Amino acid sequence: MPDAIDYSEVGLRVGLEVHQQLLTAKKMFCNCPAGIYTREHDGSVLRHMRPTLSELGEYDGTALMEFKTRKNIVYLLHTSNVCTYEMDDTPPFLMNPQALDIAIEQCLMLGCDIIDEVHIARKQYLDGSIPTGFQRTAIVGVEGRLPFHGREITITQVSVEEDSCREVSDRGHLIVWRTDRLGMPLIETVTGPDLRTPDEVEEAILLVGRVCRSTGHVRVGLGASRQDINVSVRGGRRVEIKGVPRAGWAPGLVHCEAVRQINLLNLRDELRGRGFRESDDLGIEHRDVTELVADSPMDLLRAGSWERYLDNGDQRSDLERGSGPFCVRAVRLPGLGDTLSWPTQPNRSFADELRGRVRVIAGLDQPPALLHSEDWPREASATNELDRLRRTLGCSSEDGLVVVWGAEEDTLTAAEEIRLRFLDAVDGVPNETRQPFADGSTDFERILPGPDRMYPDTDSPPQRVTRERVEGLQASLPELPWSREARYTEVGVPTPVIHYLIRRGGARLVDAVVELSGADLRRACFFFGERLKGLRRAGVAVDEISDERWCELFAVFDSRPVAWEAWQSLVERLVDHPDIDLQNLVEEMGLGRAPDGWRERVAGLAAELRPVHPDGSEDQRRRFLMGRAMSELRGRVSSTEVDAEIRSRIGAEHE
Amino acid sequence: MSESTSDPLKGYKGRARARLQELGIRVWSDVRMVNSAGSLFEGVVLPRSESFDDLHIVLKLKNGYNIGIHVDRVASVEEIGYKEAVYKIPEQEFPSRPDLPNVTLLGTGGTIASRLDYRTGAVIPAFTPGELYGAVPELADICNLTTKKLFGVFSENMGWPEYVTLAENIEREIADGADGIVIGHGTDTMGHTAAVLSFMVQDSPVPVVVVGSQRSSDRPSSDAALNLIHAIRTAAYGDIAEVQICMFGPTSDRYGLLHRGTRCRKMHSSYRSTFRTIGDIPLCIVSRDGFSSLTDDYLHRDASRRVRIDTVYDDRVTILYYYPGMRPNLVDALVEKGYRGIVIAGTGLGHVNTPLYPALERAIDAGVHVVMTVQTLWGFAQMYVYETGRDLLDIGVVPLDNMLPETALMKLGWVLGHTDDHEKVIEMMRTPINHEITEREPHNGYLILQGGLPETDEFVSSHWK
Repeated sequence: MPDAIDYSEVGLRVGLEVHQQLLTAKKMFCNCPAGIYTREHDGSVLRHMRPTLSELGEYDGTALMEFKTRKNIVYLLHTSNVCTYEMDDTPPFLMNPQALDIAIEQCLMLGCDIIDEVHIARKQYLDGSIPTGFQRTAIVGVEGRLPFHGREITITQVSVEEDSCREVSDRGHLIVWRTDRLGMPLIETVTGPDLRTPDEVEEAILLVGRVCRSTGHVRVGLGASRQDINVSVRGGRRVEIKGVPRAGWAPGLVHCEAVRQINLLNLRDELRGRGFRESDDLGIEHRDVTELVADSPMDLLRAGSWERYLDNGDQRSDLERGSGPFCVRAVRLPGLGDTLSWPTQPNRSFADELRGRVRVIAGLDQPPALLHSEDWPREASATNELDRLRRTLGCSSEDGLVVVWGAEEDTLTAAEEIRLRFLDAVDGVPNETRQPFADGSTDFERILPGPDRMYPDTDSPPQRVTRERVEGLQASLPELPWSREARYTEVGVPTPVIHYLIRRGGARLVDAVVELSGADLRRACFFFGERLKGLRRAGVAVDEISDERWCELFAVFDSRPVAWEAWQSLVERLVDHPDIDLQNLVEEMGLGRAPDGWRERVAGLAAELRPVHPDGSEDQRRRFLMGRAMSELRGRVSSTEVDAEIRSRIGAEHE
Repeated sequence: MSESTSDPLKGYKGRARARLQELGIRVWSDVRMVNSAGSLFEGVVLPRSESFDDLHIVLKLKNGYNIGIHVDRVASVEEIGYKEAVYKIPEQEFPSRPDLPNVTLLGTGGTIASRLDYRTGAVIPAFTPGELYGAVPELADICNLTTKKLFGVFSENMGWPEYVTLAENIEREIADGADGIVIGHGTDTMGHTAAVLSFMVQDSPVPVVVVGSQRSSDRPSSDAALNLIHAIRTAAYGDIAEVQICMFGPTSDRYGLLHRGTRCRKMHSSYRSTFRTIGDIPLCIVSRDGFSSLTDDYLHRDASRRVRIDTVYDDRVTILYYYPGMRPNLVDALVEKGYRGIVIAGTGLGHVNTPLYPALERAIDAGVHVVMTVQTLWGFAQMYVYETGRDLLDIGVVPLDNMLPETALMKLGWVLGHTDDHEKVIEMMRTPINHEITEREPHNGYLILQGGLPETDEFVSSHWK
């Protein structure tokens, strides 16, 4: 990774927001089934969003930004997983009590204090990800803590909320969402800014995941848990990296964001050194240069090419197009030369910061979104074009120049956003939400929302949580993951196996089997944490075997230890015949009972399989014989005994 | 309102109120509160809805979330400031342009523009042109807007005195030169108001447009702004000088429909596209781009026409929604309580059970006017088809063909303000003023597409709902 930095010296602070879907039968505010995803739709709705005032009378900055983008928002519906609630055509039903119970249980696992009266709030999102324009969310617990490397991670709050739509596409002024996931209950666990290195962030994500999953009441699988990572360095500001799909991405993302903030702070110093302090110091101006470049040899700047998408050549639809005719707009950046190529993240420069805003807020998403004087196309014809533009705009050698193109109104928005981004740069690091990429880089997603986007939900009464309810849930909590980890470690189970068991819910089964059948803990851990993995990978539906069956199976292993060696065929039979009587099966397979004359059978095999080449390796032959013998005797005679018998037969041959 | 705003413990009662007094804090106190588990909460004490219990204190935390803390779990509290919220839609002067038409918006309540009421937790309307301009700036491109707040009631609290006030104000605004009138109204009884105004305001020279919203305007996805834009455009430029309802066509943000005031009904408790013209087609489609007429059969805008305002009424009228097993003494009770007119919403073609006949006969003999509509909403009362219907006709129950039950109720109340003479009442009831009875029902006047059928689902999946 480039740019090695001392994280403590730069004052890196990282906190998490971990989202985890809850395992409920129904959605959170309606009676739709939870967890049914579809790829098709049988209905669709077109909507728009408008910002509203917060309860305290302010407009939220993000909301205003999202309004500026003027998106046409299309929702894809399927009757199997949405009703009129998800379409925002029916008010919410009362909050799913099962979701609240699981949320409280999760809070208790995280050591939180449970809120006495849970108030449902509306958190505004004007990007369309939720058709109402807000997410229903409520704080359930506060002030929890998790042990972490001899210190504690604080859990600031845990809220229960409805999940949002899944994005299908986002082009120009049209964004399309699939509604199937909308309304699924999830919890958001917010930690304090307690993490100090990129690697700690990955560990902490996994730790929170283990705590959540150890109850068996949360969803697992693709998209069931996602995290936002909040990063800042000293002098910088909180930037939220949104929707990080896997913990393994975290170290790279955190590192790159630290680098970005340091670079932006350096840029701030540079700008201040040049005398930029406030809005009035920025003499940024722009001009419509459509006529000027009408005959441009630069293909990008022509209306005809803008109207088609670069990737597939499709014509922009009306819903994707902004308002006004095609326009090319040049923006002069007085005294801001050399700032556009200012490095920010690896392989990215300050111009990419402008690009993000232009793409997202102005909706000008035709790559590369803008052209600028410090990275202008190199062809001679293009260079001439740049010179003409600079002359027209009256650029001096100290000035920068940016060109944007698209629907007229959007180019005006873009010019204003460029000015606003420079204003932010004079101030340092703006609060932003950024989208993550696998290489550790990020791109602008939206302005970080503040408390002004919160509004009480007038459709939902507050939910009282009595102490009795909390105590009832407390009494049935599973063991905390770190105490389980200590217990398993003690009998010699390796940490990765323990973490796997906790994450995938196997630990619960391990403990049940040990308790009910008296199985050996270590053996059960390896069985559920290692051996079953292979079968599962091979597509054997081992997860469909019930807890009771597993206990029966372990009882068999207990009473007939030799049967253990035939575990795989037993498990396969159990999967194929879920109702089979296990005792009968064991009898039928003759497990745990050595067949009469098995030693003679081994002798016979040895005689049959004499070495083809007298100089062939003896070990090889022995292994081969072992394989043949065990295929007949597995689960009936222990492999140690069979091996001893083979060795003695081979030994006898030599005599 | 004024009483509650002056209460420093607004909405708190019983134990919570006593505890707040004991702690020495009030609504809008900025506090650091510690509970018995040692958790620290920093935020502002909010007023409490009066319908909630007396066990919790509500705080707005710094991150914008609200929580309730049980009074018994408050360990200590420290007031560090006072932050009263001023909730106000940013108000800007509504620009005036001489080249634009003048529209008056009459407010009755409803959620066209609204803000939060802490006392009840409900939304209350906000309304001045300046506020509307702050919330829906597009309006300034359409017209010069004047607003008058007549009442601030939910639509279920509208009634005859309010209808009269509305009609009189329409008269005044027309006299003052309004090019169109918009009435902001809650949706629940919007159909009733549009119907009665169709009778109280006749021969209007300009459009009278009733509008509301199904999602309150405190929500980003609200239909309020677009409905208002459509309604104001209709009032300013539309050609239909009738009382009409302007609400969403589909549930998508696409276009509004203009429905005739006498033929329109709310058909879903919460959908945006809840209003339907029943037994006919809507008058016109209105969108941001303009109008698309669906019929030419309406009263055209004509500035020279003199409006006739006729606001008499008698509110001793009711709808009797017939059900099997209805007991005749219900009818007797209505008569005994002095009701002068009964609109029956009968089954099928206009029927009730036989045991009701003598009671109806007694009512009619007592001078009560009994008319028949159909609870199927679509279709005609055709009482000559079956014997039961013919018997009712003999008793003197008068069929109102395809008049909607609610429209019939409003009309009967209005008619009874004019006369109690049975012949005259019946003549007025059966003579349509504005299509409340139509001669012909077009086949596309009855369309309830049945979901699940392949052809319907194909249509639905290929159009925005």
